[in-house]
Amino acid sequence: MSILVNERSRVLVQGITGREGMVRTRLMKDYGTQIVAGATPGKGGREVYGVPVFNTVGEAWEKVGPIDASVIFVPAALVKNAAFEAIDAGVKLLVLVPDRVPIFDVLEISNLARREGAVFVGPNTLGLLSPGQAVLGMIGGRAQSAREWFQSGIVGVSSRSGGMTSAISYYLTKAGLGQSTILHVGGDAVVGLSHPEVMEFFEKDDQTKIMVMFGEIGTTQEERVAELKEKGDITKPIVAYIGGKAAKEGTRFSHAGAIVEGSAGSHESKVQRLEKAGVRVVESIFDIPKVALKLKKNLEE
Amino acid sequence: MARLYEYQSKKILKEEGIPVPQGDVASSPKEAGKIAQEIGRPVVLKVQLWVTGRADLGGILFAETSKEAEKKAQDLLGKKIKNYVVEKLIVEEKLDIQSEMFAGLTIDDTSKAPCLIFSSVGGTGIEEISQKYPQKIVRSPVDVLKGFKDYEARDMVRKVGISGKTMLFLSDVLVKLFALACKYDARSVEINPLVLTTDNSVYAADCHLTIDDYAVFRHPELGIEVAREFDRPPTLLEKIAYQVEKKDHRGTFYFFQMVDDVSPEGKYIGFNGAGGGGSMMSMDAVMNKGFKLANYCDTSGNPAASKVYRAAKIILSQPHIKGYFASGSGVASQEQFHSARGLVKAFWEDNLNVPAVIRLGGNYEEKAVEILHSYLKNVPARVEGYGRDDSSEFCAQRLENLVQENNFHSHMVPPWQEPGHDFLSSYSFETVTGKIFIHHQKCLNCQTKGCIEACRAQILELENGKPFLNISQEEAQKGKCTECLACELYCKFHEQDALFIHLPIPGLKEYRDRIGKED
Ligand code: SF4
Ligand code: SF4
Repeated sequence: MSILVNERSRVLVQGITGREGMVRTRLMKDYGTQIVAGATPGKGGREVYGVPVFNTVGEAWEKVGPIDASVIFVPAALVKNAAFEAIDAGVKLLVLVPDRVPIFDVLEISNLARREGAVFVGPNTLGLLSPGQAVLGMIGGRAQSAREWFQSGIVGVSSRSGGMTSAISYYLTKAGLGQSTILHVGGDAVVGLSHPEVMEFFEKDDQTKIMVMFGEIGTTQEERVAELKEKGDITKPIVAYIGGKAAKEGTRFSHAGAIVEGSAGSHESKVQRLEKAGVRVVESIFDIPKVALKLKKNLEE
Repeated sequence: MARLYEYQSKKILKEEGIPVPQGDVASSPKEAGKIAQEIGRPVVLKVQLWVTGRADLGGILFAETSKEAEKKAQDLLGKKIKNYVVEKLIVEEKLDIQSEMFAGLTIDDTSKAPCLIFSSVGGTGIEEISQKYPQKIVRSPVDVLKGFKDYEARDMVRKVGISGKTMLFLSDVLVKLFALACKYDARSVEINPLVLTTDNSVYAADCHLTIDDYAVFRHPELGIEVAREFDRPPTLLEKIAYQVEKKDHRGTFYFFQMVDDVSPEGKYIGFNGAGGGGSMMSMDAVMNKGFKLANYCDTSGNPAASKVYRAAKIILSQPHIKGYFASGSGVASQEQFHSARGLVKAFWEDNLNVPAVIRLGGNYEEKAVEILHSYLKNVPARVEGYGRDDSSEFCAQRLENLVQENNFHSHMVPPWQEPGHDFLSSYSFETVTGKIFIHHQKCLNCQTKGCIEACRAQILELENGKPFLNISQEEAQKGKCTECLACELYCKFHEQDALFIHLPIPGLKEYRDRIGKED
């Protein structure tokens, strides 16, 4: 099995009639994702690539039946409302694609999601993909590329960078290692599912035997992974890379989350903490497949 | 996080009902004297700069009279402290301090909640406080949907052993602090010290507020120029870059300068990353090779070719760089030829004379690399394009070799070129952020009419052998023309050089002119 999404997941797209929503719906459908409905206020009754569009998420649920996941492509300022709508309707997995969602909005979404037992990926995420099954968001860009670059297998990939999610997975595929699910947690300072939570999903997943993490300076995500590993909550082997070695303190490097504040969250402290917990930290992305192959061998012996 | 100055932060505090010392902000000695006179008691003058430890740097002075305040303001204004020139001062009443405390708010990514912090000791940094006096500090994550209640505030203050009236004053400050953090989308608030005076009043003696970049649009009243994390005011070039980003939402363009001055001796390069993670990884790779970055830049999220062009032009406005390095994750979902075309136009116009290594792995990378190689073979410097199977380390090594072969030659910033006269009178139409000129006279000699086919948006059509828009001017301007630059590059390299796309960058012409003079 993969985590969070598979070929049976019934998926809704919010903001399906927008430019981004349309293009990505096409990718998701072409890749095999079951897109059962779309929602855009005031555009009910239309169709986008054969997907029926409804005015509200509630209406979509009524007409097409239960929805497992919603992928949200609305302007950043409207993401909070869209997410609330999906959670209220009963959707348990949300993917918030847009960049630049205000942080207090994310905190509110997080709060409501926790109360209702829902989880979300993002914001500022390319989404997640379970090779050969389904993609939520826009990983791969084109279905054909996604089929070429990613293959089903035993490695779970979690990354704070969208581009690196694809890059690492592609290099794994090239080395003959497939992936269970690949997931971009998003680049913001506060995200729904962060590395430690994704790792816990991978830990419970039968298909995943090895986990790969692309970390960055800033936030406490990597430190929390180290903690889980030390406590024994995570037993599967992890290979990690931490970006931002050359970054200077107090300045944000692209991602809102990639900023070192004081002594916390620096490259050095993260690497030390992870290594102490028994995580293999590599210096180059190209070492990830090499180390993963060795780990695979060890597991087989 | 867009930072606010102390005087801006205090203004907000005051409006929201948190007591601040009586005073105001001054930009001239006269103003300072006048404020001191109104206060009519001893005052303190504080420079308004983003530096920590102002007192030790001589940025905080005291004055007994308004005359003295005026004189001391004269000393401070215009003074250079850690590379910043003092332009503004706070002049405010000097408090009779009984004790110093700390109140603040951060956003905690672990609990995914805002977290209020209160400490019965203050004055020094919060990290130091938590190390030295862990029992005097309380943190309380707040449920954003429920809000922060007064009893929760009282409970925080009570935990560090404060009771009575003072507890009520302090808890009131905390409740208001949380309210203003929500109202202004604060990313962090720090009131340090929060002062208890000898007559048992509470004042926010110093305060720093940062606003969430992503919410700056909700607060035009704050007048934030560049909504980005900086530990210093933005440079001129950064302001120019930010305007480009603000006006064009197709993809992101994030730019900042890493050094004040690129020295001619240093091994500096212009850096153009793509995607946060890929950019950082690429930055690490070139810095491992001993390069220093003049700037950091990230163009990603499927930017239009015109945006990448502008990014490159801005990067190439930095004199003395020894090379240009562009690299992303290596396996980008976006169509990479857009970036390639943007770079070609910029490199060609600026007649690039320092080597460039461009790593464009991802969708359509073969086409992207082909565009770079075939169109840039005639610029003075070498440009090499690479794809997803070439690591950033390898590409950094290539740049190292090329820079050496180029004898560490420094980049000279050429003046900005406006479209020539012959173009100004020719057929033209506006695009989202620029204007396309077609010199129809030249088209008469054209064999292939290849611009028509080059335009994937299919908005060009031949009429009597000359290309015209086949849609309305408005449609083109609204985005039907994607500014992909394909028509221009085709015509320039295969035909009559009859088509020019003018993509203005406000302020860059003047900037380049100035640099030309300085050199
Ligand atoms: S390719 Fe150039 S010269 Fe030929 S028709 Fe088009 S614009 Fe004119
Ligand atoms: S006219 Fe066509 S080819 Fe030229 S920039 Fe516009 S969309 Fe691209």
